[in-house]
Amino acid sequence: MRVIARLDVKNQFVIKGIHLEGLRKVGDPNQLAKAYYEAGIDEIVFIDAVASLYNRNNLFSVIQKASEEVFVPITIGGGLRSLADVEQALDAGADKVALNTAAIREPELIQKVAKQYGSQCVVASVQAKRTANGWEAYMETGREKTGVQVLDWVRRLQDLGAGELLLTSVDQEGTKSGFDVSLAQAVNSAVSIPVIVSGGYGQPKHIAKLLDVSEPSGLCFASVLHYNMATVGELRRNIELAQASRIK
Amino acid sequence: MKKIAVLGYGLGNVRSVCNALRKIGADADVSHNEHTLMQADGLVIPGVGAFPQGMANLVESGLVGVIRKYIDSGRPVLGICLGMQLLFDKGTEFVSTEGLRLIPGSVDIIPVASGEGRLPHIAWSAISPTEQGMQKMFAGLSDSEMRFYFVHSYAATGVSQDNISAIITYLGNKIVAAVQSGNVWGTQFHPEKSGPSGLHLLKNFINNC
Repeated sequence: MRVIARLDVKNQFVIKGIHLEGLRKVGDPNQLAKAYYEAGIDEIVFIDAVASLYNRNNLFSVIQKASEEVFVPITIGGGLRSLADVEQALDAGADKVALNTAAIREPELIQKVAKQYGSQCVVASVQAKRTANGWEAYMETGREKTGVQVLDWVRRLQDLGAGELLLTSVDQEGTKSGFDVSLAQAVNSAVSIPVIVSGGYGQPKHIAKLLDVSEPSGLCFASVLHYNMATVGELRRNIELAQASRIK
Repeated sequence: MKKIAVLGYGLGNVRSVCNALRKIGADADVSHNEHTLMQADGLVIPGVGAFPQGMANLVESGLVGVIRKYIDSGRPVLGICLGMQLLFDKGTEFVSTEGLRLIPGSVDIIPVASGEGRLPHIAWSAISPTEQGMQKMFAGLSDSEMRFYFVHSYAATGVSQDNISAIITYLGNKIVAAVQSGNVWGTQFHPEKSGPSGLHLLKNFINNC
C-alpha cells in the first residue's frame, strides 16, 4: 500500500485546515516535499488550495522545482480546467493530474485526458460528504454541493477512463478522528481501479480499523506529517502491522 | 560526463527522466533529431500511454530506423514503461500493433479475475532480479532496495528466460519487470520515479554507456 503525502498549497505556502477550511500556514512546499522524499514517501500530491475557487494556477513553479529534487510520482490538482491546463501541469513535471470540479462540470474531460495522456495520469479526486443515505460528491474544495451520489459518480469516473481515485472524506478531513471507513469500503468495492483514501488519520488504530474492512491501494496523509506527529517510516510500519494483524 | 539522449516522440514524462539523469551526473537532453541522437553515449526511450499511439508516433517521426541504427552501433539503450513495451514484437492494447521487434515477446493485458485485484497496477512492488539482472542492471542494490514504482495494465509475455532481468508477482501472475538483450535494456517500472533505488539503476545504465 502506497504512503502518500498531500500538500495543500496557497500562495507558495503549504496550508492545512479542518474539513478543507480554516487554513493555517505550515511550511514551504518544496522543503516539505524534499523532506518527505528523503524520509521515503511513495508519492506526493500537491493541491492548489485556492485555484479552484478563483480560477488561478500558481503551483506550476513549485512542481517544476519539486521534479528536480523529488524522484517519486508527483500529482497536481486544484484549478485544472481544460486539456491545455493538464498539458501545462504535465510539462511542469507532474506525472498525474487530479481532477474534481472540472470533472463534475464536464465529465468528458476525464475521457479526453485519458485518451491523450493515458489513464495512468488521470486521478479522479472525489470529495465525499455523508448524507442520510450515503454520500454526496462536493466540488470547489469541499464547499459546493453537486447533488451527485458518490457511488454512482465513482463508477462513472472509472468508465470514463480515470486511472485511480483520490477519495477524500470532507467530514473527516483534518479532524484526526479516523477515516470514514464505510465510505472507503463502499467506494473500494464499487470500482476496480486503485483507490487512495484521504482524510481523518490521527492514530495507528485508525489504519487498523480501516484495513479490517477494506484495503485501499494507498493512504494519503497531511496533518500528521506536516505537524511531525509521525514520520513516513512510522506510518509505513503502522500499515504493515495492521496488515499482519488482519491476516491472522 | 556521459551524454544521454532522451527520445522525444510526444509521449512520455521526458522532464522527469532528464531530471533524474542529471541528478546522477549525466548530461541529459530530449531530442528527436537523428544527428543529435547518434552522438549520444546512451539512449533512453521513455513513454507513458498506449502502445498503438506510441508506435504510431515513432513511425510518423521516422524514429524507428534511427533506434535500430543506434542499437546496431552497440551503444546502450534503455526503454522505460511504454518505451520498454515497444521493444517487443507486438502489443495487444486496443488493437494488435507491431512493435520494434528488438526483443521477442508480446505485450498483453495482465490477467485479472473479476472481483480480485485492480488494474492499472499502480504500486511500489518488490522485484526479484535474475542472475543476468544482478550482473549489470541491479548491481549494487540490496534486497530491501529492490522496490520500484510500477504503473501499467499491460506486461510483456512469452519473453525468453535469458532476456529477463527481473520479475514481480502480481495477482498470482509472474510479470516481467525488466529485460536485457545485449545492449538493449528495458524496465516496466519507472526508475526515474523510484527514489534512490531508481537513481541507482540509472547510474548503472550510464556507467555502462
